[in-house]
Amino acid sequence: MESFVVHEGLVAPMDRANVDTDLIMPKQFLKSIRRSGFGPNLFDDLRYLDEGVPDADNSNRPINPDFPLNFPRYQGASILLTRENFGCGSSREHAPWALVDYGFRAIIAPSFADIFRSNCFKNGLLPIALDSSVVDQLFAALYENEGFSLSIDLERQVVAGSGFDRIAFEVDAFRKDCLLRGLDDIDITLQSEAAIRRFEAKHKELFPWVFDKVSI
Amino acid sequence: MGQTLYDKLWASHLVEEREDGTALIYIDRQLLHEVTSPQAFEGLRLAGRQPWRISANVAVPDHNVSTVAAERSQGLAGVQDDVSRIQLQTLDDNCADFGIPEIPLDDIRQGIVHVMGPEQGATLPGMTIVCGDSHTSTHGALGALAHGIGTSEVEHVLATGCLIQRKMQNFRITVEGDLNPGVTAKDIALAIIGRIGTAGGTGCAIEFAGSAITGLSMEGRMTLCNMAIEAGARAGLVAVDDITLNYVRGTPWAPTGEQWEKAENYWGTLRSDADAVFDREIAVPAKEIVPQVTWGTSPEMVVGVDGRVPTLDEMPSETAQSGLQRALEYMGLEPGMLITDIRPDVIFIGSCTNSRIEDIRAAAAVLKGRQIASSIKQALVVPGSGVVKAQAEAEGLHQIFIDAGMEWREPGCSMCLAMNADKLEPGQRCASTSNRNFEGRQGAGGRTHLVSPAMAAAAAVAGHFVAVEHLEEAV
Ligand code: SF4
Repeated sequence: MESFVVHEGLVAPMDRANVDTDLIMPKQFLKSIRRSGFGPNLFDDLRYLDEGVPDADNSNRPINPDFPLNFPRYQGASILLTRENFGCGSSREHAPWALVDYGFRAIIAPSFADIFRSNCFKNGLLPIALDSSVVDQLFAALYENEGFSLSIDLERQVVAGSGFDRIAFEVDAFRKDCLLRGLDDIDITLQSEAAIRRFEAKHKELFPWVFDKVSI
Repeated sequence: MGQTLYDKLWASHLVEEREDGTALIYIDRQLLHEVTSPQAFEGLRLAGRQPWRISANVAVPDHNVSTVAAERSQGLAGVQDDVSRIQLQTLDDNCADFGIPEIPLDDIRQGIVHVMGPEQGATLPGMTIVCGDSHTSTHGALGALAHGIGTSEVEHVLATGCLIQRKMQNFRITVEGDLNPGVTAKDIALAIIGRIGTAGGTGCAIEFAGSAITGLSMEGRMTLCNMAIEAGARAGLVAVDDITLNYVRGTPWAPTGEQWEKAENYWGTLRSDADAVFDREIAVPAKEIVPQVTWGTSPEMVVGVDGRVPTLDEMPSETAQSGLQRALEYMGLEPGMLITDIRPDVIFIGSCTNSRIEDIRAAAAVLKGRQIASSIKQALVVPGSGVVKAQAEAEGLHQIFIDAGMEWREPGCSMCLAMNADKLEPGQRCASTSNRNFEGRQGAGGRTHLVSPAMAAAAAVAGHFVAVEHLEEAV
């Protein structure tokens, strides 16, 4: 997992509440066998004027000109600014996979759905919950200033940008540590590698039949 | 203080406990299938990791496979849907790349992962077993700690040989006494779920105990543990006894010789101590259980075959009333109607709940010398594995189904979740031996009634639900 220490990036708006995982990643793409490559289909129903199909070439599809992520000024954005309860709905990990694949590193919203938030952390994406009044101000600044960008300092837990001086945010200490060090659950477990090896050796003595490779 | 079976299995696999209440549990066996493994393998590849222990893993294709003989004989090329074929091909490729043993599609041992595992001895008593599929609870019937996991966890187990878990609570459900005529493990499972609800076992490992449980065959115990997840419990358990040992002894990958002796001695200890304390306990007297039929869109919406669909005024709350209304609307049923007045269009005998040889025999016993009703539009019998299929054919059971007017298919998940071509059409009503009756589970708009194999067979003959012992009067 890519570590997250300080990130500065362009902000893009998703100005609606209760954006569900179906909207983030429509169900037809769940048949995919991959975890990467979902970026072009992020928000597929909103982004394109036709219906998306898995594994198709998206480059020639008709773009919805009214969808902000398609505006030239938001190209290359890596921070998504949105409203309450972002990521509600199913537990599909495809939603954070798509956001990361598109290029987002952080999402700022007044609140997030539970499973989605934990899936974000597992995939190196930082969800930042801020007061809705602060989110309102950020939206106003974003709309007024082309090229509006923010800087996120995870270590010190602050967001800053032009006109915004050190907005503090909360983050779970364990998850913060994982992100700072770029550790996913597997990395963390592998820090116990020696303990696992020790256990395994003992286990093998007690239950040798468990370790026989099945013969196909 | 004594230990429960679950406590013993937990303790014997505990690698490390953490301050936050989680623990690292060593995994003896991971079963893989095509649907929930591709992203896990891709994750390994992206991170440049290798599987922790190849010998922990066994793979088999099951969810997407065609059950039509003419298509199956062509192997992967016979899979009509492109996306399904790619998923199956990907499993083959991933297993080849990482050296993971895979039972191929055309092998007699191929079958539903939860049928294949115990049948081959891939799952053994005392093991921790995981699979990216919630019905992994099935394997607890062998006295193993088995539960379903998500794709990230599949990758985690591949990469580390371990799973991060919190210890569950101990819940014992005791069923004492003689079972009524026609009552099977499926009916016990449904009756329990009807009582405790689909969230009744949340956060628990359920141990099934009592004379009605120890009297069940291994197949019956698997049916019961399979449905533990429908009661909200990630794991179901039955203590090891002679029935378990006799079953395991005959399986291809079971230990032999000196190792068998050693294993058998250990497995004999896999039972809850007499003074073990459970966090929760309930008793369900066997005599209170009759053959069950679900009438709604959740497995807890269930009643005896001699019963009626509930009415609004029987519901304890407004939420329950609106839940009932919504379910009945979807199912196309009237409140208060007799279960025996419900007429299925489709019969499905199969799935990891009820596709083992005993299930096939039970259905065949009812259908022998009989015809399915003319109102039945399709009737599928899908054995759980190639081994089950061969055994049934050796006993001539397939001919009984064919003579009755049913289709005898190739093994796979089939109409349990309709990922392949076996689907209900909108509005079609199915008597199904599978485990979930959720909206659209067997095809968009499809209506599912969960029953035992004998009850599905009886419904096929009568054209409506009926207790097997009343079948003669009904036709
Ligand atoms: S038979 Fe049904 S429940 Fe069982 S593994 Fe297959 S799809 Fe899942």
